[in-house]
Amino acid sequence: MIDDTQRAAPIVQASAKKKRGVAIQREVAVLLAMIVFNLIFTQHFVSLQTFNVNLTQVVTIVIVGIGMTLVVATGGIDLSVGASMAIAGALAPMLFMNIDGPLGIVLAFTLPIVAAALCGVFNGFLVTRLNVQPIVATLVLFIAGRGIAQVVTDGSLQAFTNPAFQWIALGKIAGVPFQILLMLVLVALFTWIVRKTLFGKFLLVTGGNEDAAYLSGIPTARVKMIAYTVCAALAGLAGLISISVNSSSDANVVGLGVELDAIAAVAVGGTALTGGKAYITGTLIGALIIQLLRYTLLAHGIPDAAALVLKAAIIIVAVYVQRKRG
Amino acid sequence: MAQTPLLDMQDIDIAFGGVAALKRARLTVAAGEVHALIGQNGAGKSTLIKILTGAYRKSAGTIRFDGREVDFRTPKEAREAGISTIYQEINLVPFRSVAENIFLGREPRRFGLIDWKIVQRRASELLESFGLRIDVRKPVRDYSTAIQQMVALARAVSSDAKMVIMDESTSSLDEREVELLFTVVRRLRDDGRAVIFVSHRLDELYALCDRVTVMRDGQTVAENTMQQMDKLKLVTTMLGRTLAAVVHEDSAVKEANLAKRGPVALAAQGLAAGAKVTDVSLDVHAGEAVGLAGLLGSGRTETMRLLFGADRPAKGTLDINGEPASFKSPKDAIARGVAYLTEDRKAEGIVPELSVRDNLTLVCLPALTKRGVVDVAKQREIVDGFIESLGIKLRSPDQPIRELSGGNQQKVLLARWLATHPRLLLLDEPTRGIDVGAKADVAKIVRELRDAGMAVLLSASELEELTAVADRAVVIRDGETVAQLDGAQMNEASIMDAIAYGAGAESTLAEAVEEAKHDR
Repeated sequence: MIDDTQRAAPIVQASAKKKRGVAIQREVAVLLAMIVFNLIFTQHFVSLQTFNVNLTQVVTIVIVGIGMTLVVATGGIDLSVGASMAIAGALAPMLFMNIDGPLGIVLAFTLPIVAAALCGVFNGFLVTRLNVQPIVATLVLFIAGRGIAQVVTDGSLQAFTNPAFQWIALGKIAGVPFQILLMLVLVALFTWIVRKTLFGKFLLVTGGNEDAAYLSGIPTARVKMIAYTVCAALAGLAGLISISVNSSSDANVVGLGVELDAIAAVAVGGTALTGGKAYITGTLIGALIIQLLRYTLLAHGIPDAAALVLKAAIIIVAVYVQRKRG
Repeated sequence: MAQTPLLDMQDIDIAFGGVAALKRARLTVAAGEVHALIGQNGAGKSTLIKILTGAYRKSAGTIRFDGREVDFRTPKEAREAGISTIYQEINLVPFRSVAENIFLGREPRRFGLIDWKIVQRRASELLESFGLRIDVRKPVRDYSTAIQQMVALARAVSSDAKMVIMDESTSSLDEREVELLFTVVRRLRDDGRAVIFVSHRLDELYALCDRVTVMRDGQTVAENTMQQMDKLKLVTTMLGRTLAAVVHEDSAVKEANLAKRGPVALAAQGLAAGAKVTDVSLDVHAGEAVGLAGLLGSGRTETMRLLFGADRPAKGTLDINGEPASFKSPKDAIARGVAYLTEDRKAEGIVPELSVRDNLTLVCLPALTKRGVVDVAKQREIVDGFIESLGIKLRSPDQPIRELSGGNQQKVLLARWLATHPRLLLLDEPTRGIDVGAKADVAKIVRELRDAGMAVLLSASELEELTAVADRAVVIRDGETVAQLDGAQMNEASIMDAIAYGAGAESTLAEAVEEAKHDR
């Protein structure tokens, strides 16, 4: 019995690895090619500073992108992540600036994320109960959410210095910024969730064939609700990192345009926007490709405006490749 | 039929991917007649219509319409030549007004502008001539399906169509709406236009049509007047069964099996929902296989969905293992040991991108989970077990299911349900679209499950397959149970009889079979 499983297992695992490898192989190849290009042509590329700068630039995009991957896997999309970031970013300073000591810090990390998660519950409610198309449903908070954040803060910029709170962005462990480690832990955690847990399977089934999921007794509405809630909560966390980096919170600016960067990272990372797939590591690689492209262009004196056009071009190529892969 | 017919299609051939869909098909329709075009699913009637209307191109044959030879390349060309098609899903513009829809693209103009007053007046006049008084300024989507059909017909009439094709136009209408529609169709006929009427409801064909063309396996197998084609002849021609072939032998085995069956597992009384299911009653015992027979569109799938909680019944009661059940969703039904293999494997069954392993364990997955994490070892054990016991052919269980053949996909889906250890198995067309070998395998599996004490309810369009597996049959027609045939009484002849004549009818076909036996 034991012999049998052991004999069968290696074949199965080998083919499984091959399968997963194929899925984001191309993205990894592109990323490696860009790194090689920079090693040869870009001055001062090999330095801890370059490494840290490039990675810290993508942290918020990747964290938001993880949630976006979950939502996209259900066949949906979330345009309101930037607004969720702004709401969390607006609430946190009000808590740690008004409540002293560890309690203020604890509340500043929890309540804003809960508030952001509630935005996700609202999105999920519109999508699952009222059957509003995800792009329209999340457009509601895309528009209103930032308004809420501005009302909360009276539209004023909150500047602060609070090392305890800002450690999430500025702290370092063994020379590596904590936010990068946090990002990698989240990537690993959600990769595991998607591959190994019941929720992960249900997520892919809900997006892969919703009718089949329903007839199999899978609670598709609850699965979607969880995806939207987790997505918004992660956006809230990204909002806290964003304000910590800047030592200030401006409801007009926090998370502005992040939804498009996150969607781009998801698409470039090989997750089909039609649903049924979720490549969390792909999203990380997608975000790195986009960031490295921008860095490369800047390092070679090409203006940011032109970089935007190239960013669009790479998304088109990525989506085209995906369609061919079918 | 003395004069040349309005439409004359002869020897039409077409093939899709090397498989012949039509072989020398014929269709002849005269002006001033309502012509029924019938056949089983896949018999080729839709393909023939699509060739006529220019959606497909024939590879051989001739089409003569209105005195000249034609070969429409696009639906637009067919429309301009005077052929108007009304599909099941009506192609009107939902948000535009009734009047606009009727005159779309042909609006009466004045000084280059559309004269809305004339448009509206002419539209109301036209609909009034159908006996329909509605506000033509309201958007089409505000009206019922029947009225939308009527608007589509009005559009056909006003465009001086010489021929109107109605493809299953009545399938979503209730009785009163059907009657209203028929009045309009008869008026079209009396005006000298031709109507091709595609429907699976036999009674409607007899109420409305003058002549009939029957298709089977891509060929035209009968052309006749409705009067000379009685219902029984129509059904046997359609299903391709002759009297000699329908006598069944092993009814003794079925009787013996019925004698030792277990208690009632499923009892449904007077189920009704929408227009498709009006009054279905049936029961299934443990250890028996019951066939749900009926023509396409008779409400088989809809009945199965009600039994599984995928749709909710408006009326009727349901008992599972002797206790009343009211399923809000499939989840509830699954919890009570009910399994449902869908008829539409692609749309409702497989999750194409997911592996065979995940597809197979989809329903039983929660049971294989500890604190939210899937027990991969257990999952592998179950999957490997079913791959062996059902003889599923694949490269690896991690292969996406879309790469498997239809028959193997079907076995995976069957295993998906068997892995939940159901007590009642609902199989909707389990052999649809799979090859002969896989069909035999599925039949064998069903017999084994029945012998192991499971209650099985299965439907099949092919009566031969149904009678081969089922111990008895429940026949439904137009969403109503019309007959229950046990063991010895059940054969293809008696089922066709019930489909044709319904309940109280004396089994004329069975008598004919008896006579044939005596003569021999």
